[in-house]
Amino acid sequence: MAVDKKTLKELFTRTLKTRLFEEKVWDLFGENIVPGTLHLCLGQEAVAAGVSVALKDSDWIQSSHRGHGHVVAKGADMSAALAELLGKKTGSCKGKGGSMHITQFDIGVLGATGVVGSGLPIAVGAALSCQMRKTDDVVVCYFGDGASNNGTFGESLNMSSIWKLPLVWIVENNFYAMGTPIKLTCPSSTVAQRAEAYCIPSKVVDGNNTLEVYEAAVEAVKRAREGGGPTLIECQTYRMKGHSRFDPAKYRPQEEADYWLSDEKDAVNVIQKIALEQGAITEKEAEKIREKLQKEVDKAADFAKKSEFPEPEDALDDVYAEAI
Amino acid sequence: MTDMVYREALKAGIREEMLRDERVFLLGEDIGLNWGGAFKVTKGLAEEFGVERVRDTPISENTIVGAAVGASITGMIPVAEIMFGDLITLAMDQVCNQAAKMRYMFGGQTSVPLVLRTVFGGGKNIASHHSQSLEAWFMHTPGLKVAVPAFASDVKGLIKTAIRDPDPVLFAEHKLVYDKKEEVPDEEYLIPFGEAKVRREGADVTIWGTFIMLHKALEVAEELQKEGISVEVIDPRTLVPLDKKTLIESVKKTGRLVLVTEETKTGATTAEIAAIVQEEAFDWLDAPIKRVNAPDTPVPFSPPLENYFIPDNKRIAQAVRDIV
Repeated sequence: MAVDKKTLKELFTRTLKTRLFEEKVWDLFGENIVPGTLHLCLGQEAVAAGVSVALKDSDWIQSSHRGHGHVVAKGADMSAALAELLGKKTGSCKGKGGSMHITQFDIGVLGATGVVGSGLPIAVGAALSCQMRKTDDVVVCYFGDGASNNGTFGESLNMSSIWKLPLVWIVENNFYAMGTPIKLTCPSSTVAQRAEAYCIPSKVVDGNNTLEVYEAAVEAVKRAREGGGPTLIECQTYRMKGHSRFDPAKYRPQEEADYWLSDEKDAVNVIQKIALEQGAITEKEAEKIREKLQKEVDKAADFAKKSEFPEPEDALDDVYAEAI
Repeated sequence: MTDMVYREALKAGIREEMLRDERVFLLGEDIGLNWGGAFKVTKGLAEEFGVERVRDTPISENTIVGAAVGASITGMIPVAEIMFGDLITLAMDQVCNQAAKMRYMFGGQTSVPLVLRTVFGGGKNIASHHSQSLEAWFMHTPGLKVAVPAFASDVKGLIKTAIRDPDPVLFAEHKLVYDKKEEVPDEEYLIPFGEAKVRREGADVTIWGTFIMLHKALEVAEELQKEGISVEVIDPRTLVPLDKKTLIESVKKTGRLVLVTEETKTGATTAEIAAIVQEEAFDWLDAPIKRVNAPDTPVPFSPPLENYFIPDNKRIAQAVRDIV
């Protein structure tokens, strides 16, 4: 597939933006101002970035518990996203959701969920809705290798296939469900093989290569939009950090970690190199883009920090449309 | 007014809403052409509205409810059916973690206008997996509304309200009331949630109950009238929102309360009602509140065992006599 320079530049920008956002979250965590826990997508940015560039604004995404990148790459208001992570009133969920429920409905995020595997059925329903309302919108559902062992995986892939739903299943295979390596939980060498049982075409891509993810996503989105039904894309990637905020991920073999966490495999470096080689950007432009994005992220963090916490009794709002 | 059984009144309400609003659609196991629902509630609707809008699903309870969630947040109004209330256990994540909490944990960004129909109760000798009364679980889950229609004239108005409600509604039915006949208004009507109905006025004791127990309570009231005991019978019609006012006013009038449901006793809705009444009307009580429930066992199969398990007229009458 020939990818034009403008798109390559966008792929680089989107990947970098996601990285800078997550680095900022890591810094804020270091300042001890992020309550609770975090599941960072540092290292996995190419997945959300590559998929998002293949979507149009009115398409939907269903996120997971590791959702910051999905939301930012889809075009989230970063101020509201960071404010949410800090539990502030100005957060996109008014401080009621936090990291695991980071959601911006108005840009097409159906939700982020704390229950592994629970997003898949919701994506089925959203795609069914797109089909029944006769829109040409597509739903993308992100989930991890761990979720592919949940019953919802089989139920939802099956339903999406029998109804030929406009859905793209994105498996972010980072090879660990918390600390359990996939080789202990999955008999096949890829998650993608499981799609065959449901007559769903699948593809395995380098999930650290934004361009590769994008190309696979474009094909899958096209199939979904044209009524051809769902596709599963397995994006093989790796966490730069542990599962959650206090996990140093010591259970990962050194050799494996060295390979994935090398400069050559780094998601930002990979797409930057491609964009430079293909003349989509210059070194100078890349630096400019970085500076601009960093400013945006810093501004968002500043907004989040300065924002007020909710009033304690705000805890009682939003249970029902009208208080009962 | 037309004489109608509960099942037909319920179907008529669903049908009216499907005619009124094309976003309303049904999904569930065997609800369509070949079966019309295990209890025949949806019989004929697939023929009238087509198999897209009356959609048979695979046996995938969690994804049936999840699909309803996803469809509801993207512009449709799904009415999902779980064939037996017991099988909701397979969908608890989608019911209690997703549907119930989405509005809240996303800070009011989305409504979840879905109806989840299911059926509780014993009396059919179908044992522990097809006979339970689990409504208290859902009353205990903030974010859900819970309707418990027991009469034909109520079920039609309540299902229409449920379908138009912006929040997720657990619409609980009961196997033994499907064939109960009553006069049902011919013209369109809606019954607001949170309004109990005094099914029989009385002066000496109040009976509050649900489903088939209300039918039994009315028979008992008739019987006790002959002994000079005047019984008031209250049907809450919805558990969430709960009409406390009608109940409290009745208790203030009679000074005595008997709570009757088919649930196992510990942690049942009756326990909550007893707590509310002692908090809000303690000074008006002339006797301890009596609870008539099933024992804390699974629902047994063999007729003598099940008959022992389910509260009968005799037990209800005895409870009344004990405190009058």
